[in-house]
Amino acid sequence: MSHLRSDLRTRAEELVALYPEKRSALIPLCHLAQEQDGWLTPEATSEIAELCGVTAAEVQGTATFYDMLHTEPVGTYAVAVCTNIACLLGGALELLEHAEATLGIRAGGTTPDGVFTLHEAECLADCDKTPCVQVNHRYVGAQTPASFDALVDDLRAGRLSETIPNHGTLVRVRRTVGLLADRDAVKAERAAVSQEQAARAATAAAADGGK
Amino acid sequence: MALTDAPKIVTARLGYEDSFTLERYLATGGYTGLRKALTMTPEAVAAEVDAASLLGRGGAGFPAGRKWSMLRKNPLTYLVINGDESEPATFKDHMLIEGDPHQILEGVLISAYALQVSQAFIYLRGEFALGLERLQTALNEAYAHGAVGSNIFDSGFSLDIVVHPGAGAYICGEETALLESLEGKRGFPRIKPPFFPAAIGLYGEPTVVNNVETMANIPWIVNNGGAAFAALGAGRSTGTRLFALAGHVRNPGNYELEMVKTTFRDLIYAPVLGGGIRGSNTLKAFIPGGVSAPWFGPDQVDLPLGQDEVGNAGSMLGSGSVVVMDSATCMVRAAWRITKFFSRESCGQCTPCREGSGWLERIMYRIENGDGREEDLDLLMDLCDNISPGVVWPPQQTTICVLGPSIPSSIASGIRMFRDEFLVHVKEGGCPFD
Repeated sequence: MSHLRSDLRTRAEELVALYPEKRSALIPLCHLAQEQDGWLTPEATSEIAELCGVTAAEVQGTATFYDMLHTEPVGTYAVAVCTNIACLLGGALELLEHAEATLGIRAGGTTPDGVFTLHEAECLADCDKTPCVQVNHRYVGAQTPASFDALVDDLRAGRLSETIPNHGTLVRVRRTVGLLADRDAVKAERAAVSQEQAARAATAAAADGGK
Repeated sequence: MALTDAPKIVTARLGYEDSFTLERYLATGGYTGLRKALTMTPEAVAAEVDAASLLGRGGAGFPAGRKWSMLRKNPLTYLVINGDESEPATFKDHMLIEGDPHQILEGVLISAYALQVSQAFIYLRGEFALGLERLQTALNEAYAHGAVGSNIFDSGFSLDIVVHPGAGAYICGEETALLESLEGKRGFPRIKPPFFPAAIGLYGEPTVVNNVETMANIPWIVNNGGAAFAALGAGRSTGTRLFALAGHVRNPGNYELEMVKTTFRDLIYAPVLGGGIRGSNTLKAFIPGGVSAPWFGPDQVDLPLGQDEVGNAGSMLGSGSVVVMDSATCMVRAAWRITKFFSRESCGQCTPCREGSGWLERIMYRIENGDGREEDLDLLMDLCDNISPGVVWPPQQTTICVLGPSIPSSIASGIRMFRDEFLVHVKEGGCPFD
């Protein structure tokens, strides 16, 4: 019995097929599991292991290395406040302090109602709009304490659910095709070109030698 | 010549609201470089890139053409694009991915043809949700257009591209860590040698790893010729480059500028570029190439934006990110935050980096918060010396990858340039900027 919903299970199998080795799909599948559950459950971990041909411990070993993969539940909205150098210069420490007060939690914590998790983030690569904030990895632009509070209100009221899906949904655009270039055909194509290249190189070398 | 006269090679389309669509791409010369490349021999395409002397735009600045020439002959080879942009204050690839994803795809297709690789992967930073959606949309469009897949544009050349999301780890920008991550593992950099994945890369097969901005230059180079690219810039630094300007300037942003012909002064102060320091403050220091780079003071502001020019002056152009700090900036706090970053992002394989970064961060924290001691300054430098002997530039390495030797840059710069400011923190028992 699959833990992943049938549509997600199908997508998972499609993802695995994109790689020469199944294990490469491990991180994409972790994202997929988070799309369903919001975090990486033990059941999902086992299923990913089976799909990738590794053990559940190996999936966990990989997942625990990465900031975006969560082996514990996360709020519906994961709010990340960057405090790295460019944002620091733009007042990020003050914003983070304000965010902690507004949400009533410290960075790393989740509100009791499970709506918000607050993260102090490393650079999010949007450094001309500081301090930079992401909600579920969507940029929401430079924030002031006042705009942050408005943002929290909007999120709580569900006014941003169109643009910011619940935590775990990373990419809403599906790949429309699988691999179109058959691996064996590509191999043959490359071998033929390689022979042509060798022939051209030999001709050029002969011409050079004749000079 | 005006600062902005150089051709816009990678940012030409960004002014359009629909710059990321196939329609706009095709209307502005999109995929003509690929069509042209497919009429040439693969080695002729590679020769154009070699002639361009394009230096890799990721951070190390290794010549792309030379990297390509090192790809070991093998029945299976791969091209992997590094879109894991995470060097603090660097946000150029982010812009290119969201703003012009087809340009990156075209660069990948041309490169894959020149290299005759079996498959291409674009590893994008996981936090780029919109970038991932834009790039996947563009890839779907490109497949439908016949630019990717089997028998591309009826040329007999076939290639599949896969967009692969990361999951949040700075270290995966290091190319061997990126390959480990792409193999579904923890992002641990691989032991060198081999120094280049061109010998042993993805799944142990020869692999070229190139940066997103590097790819974005390829269509122009094929369309206009490597010589035209090499005619821009000077010395080893050819073409244009994106500079990510952040910090205390009026107009932070990404600026595509001709290399070497422009100086840090132009970038920071020119009204059409940075517009000068915000408010009534003055320039105190700037970081010329990402937080791994040693800092510069106001007396170095006339240095040209060139790889060797900055390298010879004791720092690096690195990722092309320039962080400007004004006279109201606490240098202890700035160096502390950068050190905290390295401490959080150390992968943990090598003791000098794993332990050293944490010790440094804690000492910096206590100085900033008024609990420091005068001898802490020597202790900090001693720890830096343990991570990177001599604390010189270019740095000595005691670790598997260059994250380790990048750690001392900000602390050593801070202490060497602003020793008095550190001492004031110690003597006054707190931060004078609070």
